[in-house]
Amino acid sequence: MHDVWTLAECHGTTLKDVSYELLAWGRTLADSLRCKLCSVVIGDIPDDEIRLLFTYGADCVYVVTHEQLGWSGHEVYVNILTGLSEEHKPEIFLGAATTSGRSIFPALAVRLRTGLTADCTELSIEEKSGNLLQTRPAIGGNIMATIKTPEHRPQMATVRAKSIRHLPADSSRKGEIVRVPWNPAWQDERVTVLGTRKEHSDQGSIMEAEIVVAGGKGLKKKENFRLIEDLAHALGGQVGATRDAVDRGWKGYPHQVGLSGKTISPRLYMGIGISGAVQHMAGIKTAECIVAINADERANLLRVADFALVGDLFEIVPELLRRLNLALDLALDFVLEDGST
Amino acid sequence: MYIVVPIKQVPETGNVKMDPETGTMIRSGSEAIINPLDLYALETALRIKEQIGGRVTALTMGPPAASKVLKEAIAMGCNDAVHLSDRAFGGADTCATSYTLACAIRKLEHVDLIVTGEHATDGDTGQVGPALAAWLGMAMVTYAAKLLEVEETHITVERLVEEGYQKVRARLPAVLTVVKEIVVPRLPTLAGKKRTLHAEIPVWDAKTLDADPSLLGLKGSPTRVVRIETPKITRNTTIVKVSEEFPASDAVDQLLRFLKDKNLLG
Ligand SMILES: Cc1cc2nc3c(=O)[nH]c(=O)nc-3n(C[C@H](O)[C@H](O)[C@H](O)COP(=O)(O)OP(=O)(O)OC[C@H]3O[C@@H](n4cnc5c(N)ncnc54)[C@H](O)[C@@H]3O)c2cc1C
Ligand SMILES: Cc1cc2nc3c(=O)[nH]c(=O)nc-3n(C[C@H](O)[C@H](O)[C@H](O)COP(=O)(O)OP(=O)(O)OC[C@H]3O[C@@H](n4cnc5c(N)ncnc54)[C@H](O)[C@@H]3O)c2cc1C
Repeated sequence: MHDVWTLAECHGTTLKDVSYELLAWGRTLADSLRCKLCSVVIGDIPDDEIRLLFTYGADCVYVVTHEQLGWSGHEVYVNILTGLSEEHKPEIFLGAATTSGRSIFPALAVRLRTGLTADCTELSIEEKSGNLLQTRPAIGGNIMATIKTPEHRPQMATVRAKSIRHLPADSSRKGEIVRVPWNPAWQDERVTVLGTRKEHSDQGSIMEAEIVVAGGKGLKKKENFRLIEDLAHALGGQVGATRDAVDRGWKGYPHQVGLSGKTISPRLYMGIGISGAVQHMAGIKTAECIVAINADERANLLRVADFALVGDLFEIVPELLRRLNLALDLALDFVLEDGST
Repeated sequence: MYIVVPIKQVPETGNVKMDPETGTMIRSGSEAIINPLDLYALETALRIKEQIGGRVTALTMGPPAASKVLKEAIAMGCNDAVHLSDRAFGGADTCATSYTLACAIRKLEHVDLIVTGEHATDGDTGQVGPALAAWLGMAMVTYAAKLLEVEETHITVERLVEEGYQKVRARLPAVLTVVKEIVVPRLPTLAGKKRTLHAEIPVWDAKTLDADPSLLGLKGSPTRVVRIETPKITRNTTIVKVSEEFPASDAVDQLLRFLKDKNLLG
């Protein structure tokens, strides 16, 4: 049996978290198929960091470095991965559903003449056939489609960030680092990266956040949106908003959740003063846990919530903040016990 | 500059039916519109044409009714359009779709730039643009959010990436995929609509394309949709109501306990 591969994602000289999440999916697949789990690193990553890939589940890491890489477009990555895949013939190849993974993988799949499933949130091995079952949300999150690539190899998928937690670190795990010599045929200078402008409006960050606290029209005015921001801060999360809140200028478009905004899959989504229109729900269907706070007990969002709090947000949120801020200083248990007496 | 814009016709959202047998979309019966994100691709192409001169062709692969979206593209200002339609194209995944589009683009000849939307609102993969680049051996620039410079031989843009904006320069011919930030699409004009009355839209089938039949449609698709489910949205809900007997502080208490049990606090 050929191996399961993941493409580690580099940011400068570090690996992004999603690289370890891919290993968590990869590990279960490799274990069911009884094969090795390998990761490919393309970039200038220090050895200590590469070994972290073993700590989080990899058996083997292929490393490709070259001084031009930092300035290269996606073509070079596609060339490298085509070369490596043709040589080693992985059974499964997973990438992250990030701007780079979603650019490199579709081109790679065509070069390898195989299929690619986009944006998966669930992966497993089909019992009898040993095929990869790839599940993904489509049509604005309204359906979940399960897709197979029965006759082509590798079976390829991009996987959404935060669709799984990385495995617990096991520093006793060891693996093999394979340094791949540079092949001049990989060079491609048609696209040159000229620089990056950092954006502080935390673009994209709600898509990667573990906790998203979102506010809607129920907040009534811009100043009140502070409550949402403070609560997000206290919980260590990011701020989301409905389109109505964004249209009113209470929060920027990068924070909009839903059909015409972002699709998020946090561990916790908290919707406050949000009715739960279908277009908003399209963005939160893959959230693990939904908490809703709404004055109207018929609000749609309450019906899909794991925890539904019916009441006035202007009474509930300040109380919640007070308790959480206390908890920042004191042990949480203490606050809970204190509050329940 | 010769620019081609592939556009997709999609069902108006909330109106999608799936065939449980084949896992493909049933298109009949639901109103089809131009994929909303493709309007940004069309607008980008038209602005480049207005700025440095050239020609824009809209291209779609889809059933006969899809010619409607091509008319809209012409009404916006595209010079002409080509409709790829053949039963053999049916059931295509992104690999087969991009192959079919690539065959047509090769036939159009001397294409400098291809502009696509970020993703389609139904299939929602965003894979067709980069896949096209691979079939055609063209360079790709994805998630373009701002056009900085367009020359006859190069294009310089800012891409929207996780960390912010990345500036890249690409040699043409290239495939450009654009995000909403890039431009505000224009509305079709009356004059444009009049032009569509006389517009002849050629329909190309598999034979016209000289395509390899084994790479088309369902047969040419490595992926298979095997199951479609509507995500279960009925959860095991804990409902807590604030009232005179049950004040907000008690409700918050329950919420904190719930979050703590789920390991969601700190
Ligand atoms: C094509 C299209 C695309 C769209 N895309 C999106 C999208 O991407 N994202 C999106 O969010 N929307 C989108 N919408 C809009 C969507 O249909 C809804 O209009 C919107 O989500 C409603 O926002 P809301 O929940 O903030 O406001 P409302 O629906 O007005 O809900 C406000 C809620 O606050 C509650 N409330 C009021 N006061 C209090 C209080 N004191 N305490 C507690 N609760 C209170 C009310 O009971 C109510 O449930 C789209 C619409 C269309 C047509
Ligand atoms: C529920 C569901 C899930 C699916 N999942 C996958 C999957 O994971 N992998 C896969 O390979 N296929 C998948 N498909 C099939 C895929 O939707 C079709 O191949 C479709 O023809 C193109 O993909 P897309 O809708 O994702 O377009 P995208 O790749 O999202 O579209 C990007 C751009 O490409 C252009 N474009 C796309 N289609 C056309 C067209 N027909 N004519 C002209 N221009 C076009 C447009 O400019 C568009 O903005 C799925 C289909 C369904 C119904």
